[in-house]
Amino acid sequence: RLLIVYPWTQRFFDNFGNLSSPTAIIGNPKVRAHGKKVLTSFGEAVKNLDNLKATYSKLSELHCEKLHVDPENFRLLGDILIIVLAAHFTKDFTPACQAAWQKLVGVVAHALAYKYH
Amino acid sequence: MLTADDKKLIQQVCEKSSGHMEEFGAEALERMFITFPQTKTYFPHFDLHHGSDQIRGHGKKVATALANAAKNLDNLSQALSELSNLHAYNLRVDPPCFALQLLSQCFQVVLAVHLGKDYTPEVHSAFDKFLSAVASVLAEKYR
Repeated sequence: RLLIVYPWTQRFFDNFGNLSSPTAIIGNPKVRAHGKKVLTSFGEAVKNLDNLKATYSKLSELHCEKLHVDPENFRLLGDILIIVLAAHFTKDFTPACQAAWQKLVGVVAHALAYKYH
Repeated sequence: MLTADDKKLIQQVCEKSSGHMEEFGAEALERMFITFPQTKTYFPHFDLHHGSDQIRGHGKKVATALANAAKNLDNLSQALSELSNLHAYNLRVDPPCFALQLLSQCFQVVLAVHLGKDYTPEVHSAFDKFLSAVASVLAEKYR
């Protein structure tokens, strides 16, 4: 959804092959694999809520020094994740749930941006 | 820029939601106040408890304005002109567009909750662009 809703983010995934349409993106195996990587990393965050900066320290350096990703994109991805969760869990994704998750994506984005220089 | 397909999808969503205006608008506001408490600063005069008449009434206003915007996608500037003046000169929601982005996120969550998998990536994309365009118009006259 990030690649569809905010198409400029495709610039970070030149080697992913066909991203030419929503259908292509949704069916792209590299996109799926990367989505799994990112969500797995989120899972780590949830297990280390008291220590996010340390948990994301290496990833932060990577996103800055090698990947050159503007941290604003972390916020965009966080918002997209919330919408995916909302569509999946529907009314179980209560306002309180949304509030907690928006805070989580916010602190994860902050941790990922922390080592930028 | 809204494509022809985007416009169709936006209008479809609005038609599907037409019986739930008050409900969706109110829920979006409630989620916004809970998730982004700083937005409450614009409503010190409101009763912000769950289910309050004021939230319901205001939610209906907001949703109705969005539905109207959806019927005037080729002329958003004109359709929203009054509201644009209101937000810029009276309400001065600040910084321009930022708080509106938060409401946009909450509105989309409400749609996702109620439409589930019908809130497809294509619909999501079209609606995100739409709400962005509306926020832009509302912020046009800020300075």
